[in-house]
Amino acid sequence: MQRFDQDIIVNLIPRGARVLDLGCGNGDLLTKLQRSGVSDIRGVEIDDRCIAACVRKGLTVFQGDIDEGLGDYDDASFDYIVLNQTLQVVHKPTLVIQEMLRVGNRAIVSFPNFGYFRIRWYILTKGQMPKVDFLPRDWYDTPNIHLSTISDFQAFCRTRNIAIERLIGLKSCATGKTAGHFQNLLSQVGIFVIMSEREIPN
Amino acid sequence: MYVVDAVPWTQHYTIDALTLDCGRTLSPVQVAYETYGQLNAAKDNAILLLHALSGSAHAGFVNDKGEQGWWYDFIGPGKALDTERYFIVCSNVLGGCSGSTGPGSIDPATGRPYGLGFPVITVGDMVRAQKCLIDSLGIETLLAAIGGSIGGMQALQWAVDYPEIVRSAVILAAANRLSAQGIAFNEVGRQAIMADPCWQNGDYYDGTPPRTGLALARMIGHITYLSEESMHEKFGRALKGADGYRYKFSEDFEVESYLHYKGNRFVERFDANSYLYITKAMDYFDLPDLTSIQSKMLVISFSSDWLFPPARLKALVRTLRRKRKDVTYCDVQSSRGHDAFLLEVGPLTELLSGFLDNVCGR
Repeated sequence: MQRFDQDIIVNLIPRGARVLDLGCGNGDLLTKLQRSGVSDIRGVEIDDRCIAACVRKGLTVFQGDIDEGLGDYDDASFDYIVLNQTLQVVHKPTLVIQEMLRVGNRAIVSFPNFGYFRIRWYILTKGQMPKVDFLPRDWYDTPNIHLSTISDFQAFCRTRNIAIERLIGLKSCATGKTAGHFQNLLSQVGIFVIMSEREIPN
Repeated sequence: MYVVDAVPWTQHYTIDALTLDCGRTLSPVQVAYETYGQLNAAKDNAILLLHALSGSAHAGFVNDKGEQGWWYDFIGPGKALDTERYFIVCSNVLGGCSGSTGPGSIDPATGRPYGLGFPVITVGDMVRAQKCLIDSLGIETLLAAIGGSIGGMQALQWAVDYPEIVRSAVILAAANRLSAQGIAFNEVGRQAIMADPCWQNGDYYDGTPPRTGLALARMIGHITYLSEESMHEKFGRALKGADGYRYKFSEDFEVESYLHYKGNRFVERFDANSYLYITKAMDYFDLPDLTSIQSKMLVISFSSDWLFPPARLKALVRTLRRKRKDVTYCDVQSSRGHDAFLLEVGPLTELLSGFLDNVCGR
């Protein structure tokens, strides 16, 4: 399946950037970055089978738990830290985001948007936890423990002095169409480029 | 593509003189080694394999004595170290007793075995001897240095000492220093040997070697190579005899019998003084400064290894990561303890072959 969320992230990252991908899975995003000319890339992944898949692709990866933080990395040692479709499964989102902004100059965070109109409609009409194409699991069978909306994340950033440099509302991962307005209502996935407030260039 | 030797045999290379970390010079130094596969014309397909405490140069295939190499499952056509693609060199460590110069070798100054007259050696000395061997084979770059346990220490030392030669290093179940627990177990093993009356201050080569002490050292070592879980799975509380407890201090349990067997078999092939020297080299091993490394690194721990627990390897990897070294880390799920680096053929083959493919392709 085409992953337009990955393609959009690849397009956000300039060549020559130092990139760390948290929860890199089989290394698909890292491979796309590599092909686009970004060479200084690393991944963190908890699943050992995924690690083996990444090794086969020639990627440099670390088997570890991102909830343990990035304590071994110096401040600002990467240009971009990516957390693609992983925020909703981490146990300590605040710590993870803080660490991303400490270690990286910018962070790219994407997650399924619970504010999407079909999800609202699902809950309104069925009164049950939504099961849709991009959130296909039952409530008792999902790794997602911190679901949020684009609006939630904007508020989260506001109260923590995190600047949102860019927000892309993706109407569908499969088509790659983006929402120009009413992003919280029309997007399946929100992709944020964020940085610490104090580091905003004038 | 290449002709593979049907029967590998141990060859020997002699170094005129080797200056050691302790300041002494050893002369001459013999290095026993085996090779598998063929060195290609570009001389860029050589892999140096480094053995653990009780290993030898015989790593792969079945030799003329019918013995499988210690990494038999990993070396051969189509295996992780594919002998149709790579040229693999494995040598017995300096201080060892399987063909390389060690405390049991004849001291040319006296005409008698060195015994405790043998200088105390380090992992750095072992690596320096291997470098002489590699040079003599006309190898200018190593595709990889690979080792487990003290072999992993050597692989790391290679990456630190010869960054321009080592393109990649694979460290299995080893860290950049031995822990207090590791030193403690080594010391108990050495004390077992030195407490044996036959040890005679290391001068036993004309008489009976300290079999009891060495077997005991091996038994202790073996416990540290297994995990609580693997011992439980393998032996549980199974009894040797069918008649229940014997109410004697003879072997009651299968696990006792297994350890005795391992101990007794070990003394047939290993020299007690070599055990002292090699464990001492392990104890001394401590590489805090990893700045010089340029190799692509693959570090692998095993979840149930308590001699080199995952936390120790993670600490090594963190140091390397902070220095922005190209290091990949994997913790292989295994119940087989420290010995997993010899036994987990499936996951290790997957990791190694994938890793080497990419080093090769670079």
